[in-house]
Amino acid sequence: MQNPLRSEAEAFRFLIVVIAGSAVIVAAAYINTWLGVAAAVLVVAGVARWYWRQPSPRPPRLEVHDDTPHARRILVVANETVGGRPLREEVAKRAQGSSAEILVVAPALNSPVKHWVSDEDGARAAAQQRVDASVARLAESGVSVRGEVGDAEPLQAIEDALRTFGADEIVLSTHPEGRSNWLEQGLVEEARRRFALPITHVVVDLEAEREEVR
Amino acid sequence: MAAHAHAEHLEHHGPPEPHYSSRVAPSVLGMFLFIASEIMLFGSFFTAYFFVRVVNGTPWPTPPYHLPIYVAFINTCILVTSSFTMHWALQSIKRGNVYGLRAGLLLTFLMGLTFLITQAIEYSRIGFNTTNGAFATIFFCLTGLHGAHVFVGLSILGFMTIRAFRGHFSAEHHHGVEIGGIYWHFVDVMWIVVYMTVYIL
Repeated sequence: MQNPLRSEAEAFRFLIVVIAGSAVIVAAAYINTWLGVAAAVLVVAGVARWYWRQPSPRPPRLEVHDDTPHARRILVVANETVGGRPLREEVAKRAQGSSAEILVVAPALNSPVKHWVSDEDGARAAAQQRVDASVARLAESGVSVRGEVGDAEPLQAIEDALRTFGADEIVLSTHPEGRSNWLEQGLVEEARRRFALPITHVVVDLEAEREEVR
Repeated sequence: MAAHAHAEHLEHHGPPEPHYSSRVAPSVLGMFLFIASEIMLFGSFFTAYFFVRVVNGTPWPTPPYHLPIYVAFINTCILVTSSFTMHWALQSIKRGNVYGLRAGLLLTFLMGLTFLITQAIEYSRIGFNTTNGAFATIFFCLTGLHGAHVFVGLSILGFMTIRAFRGHFSAEHHHGVEIGGIYWHFVDVMWIVVYMTVYIL
């Protein structure tokens, strides 16, 4: 959604829209009162819909600068796939041969209804469980790793994490194409556009892993 | 360790980097809250207006009174034109044209002042006051509430104009004009809604 009063230019454009819409409503009302009411409803709905469908402005590209000497830092962001084998293998491979620090972030995924009523305790608890399990398994392979629960929106979770953890690279884990909401939303492309860091995309097929176990 | 922490403390100046997890940027959230509060404020008065006129069926305007539609129309044209000069002022300073900024802000201020003076004259000659029934009360409340917003906008414009003549704005630094411009256009939008509902429909 676009805020019509976000800048002076947009506010001026909104004013023009209001003038034009008002002229239509007044003209319709002079012909017939109910026609005026109908015009008012249509104009307001049309303008609201147009602004609602406008894409939100993109935030500036975030660059991470940390000149202090440190071990290689890898930020891992994953949803239910946080415990998946391909992700663990990829992280272990990237951490190999260097003293890497790894931060695993699991966004607190929630339903829209629960999000809007601020009922996120369950989502955070579930995410915390996933993180704890993932951190424990990664630690077994001798990697320096810690985990935390992030914002429900993965891009925001990455941005929050980068503000306290100056990562050198990001590993992003998703379900396979067709089963991943994140891929459907274009998360990987958007993350590559927004964060000036190397981003590795790992696909974890949890169903296939379960089949293998059987 | 303690020495390291002490050194870090000495090197750090000012507040820490912002760290927030909201989905909405603070500036956008602030503007949304402002718009929401204004909608609620004007909404309460418009609710009273529709209640009096539609639910209660009070004639609008109640005879024998008349609303000066044409004077208000001229006033509307003046206010709308002032938005164009405001936009011109900001576009000028974005291109580094300081004279355009000054002329645009001065014209906007003068037109806003003309609007307010005309409204005051209209009040004095309209022939009714707030004690002449619900119609009169709502009329003065709605137009008066908007007039108060114009007064605030004029105050902002006054400061902006003074700052423009003192050379405070440039092509790179004109945020003060941008914010004032947004408010002025918002005041214009509200007037068009007030004029349409109170005077024309």
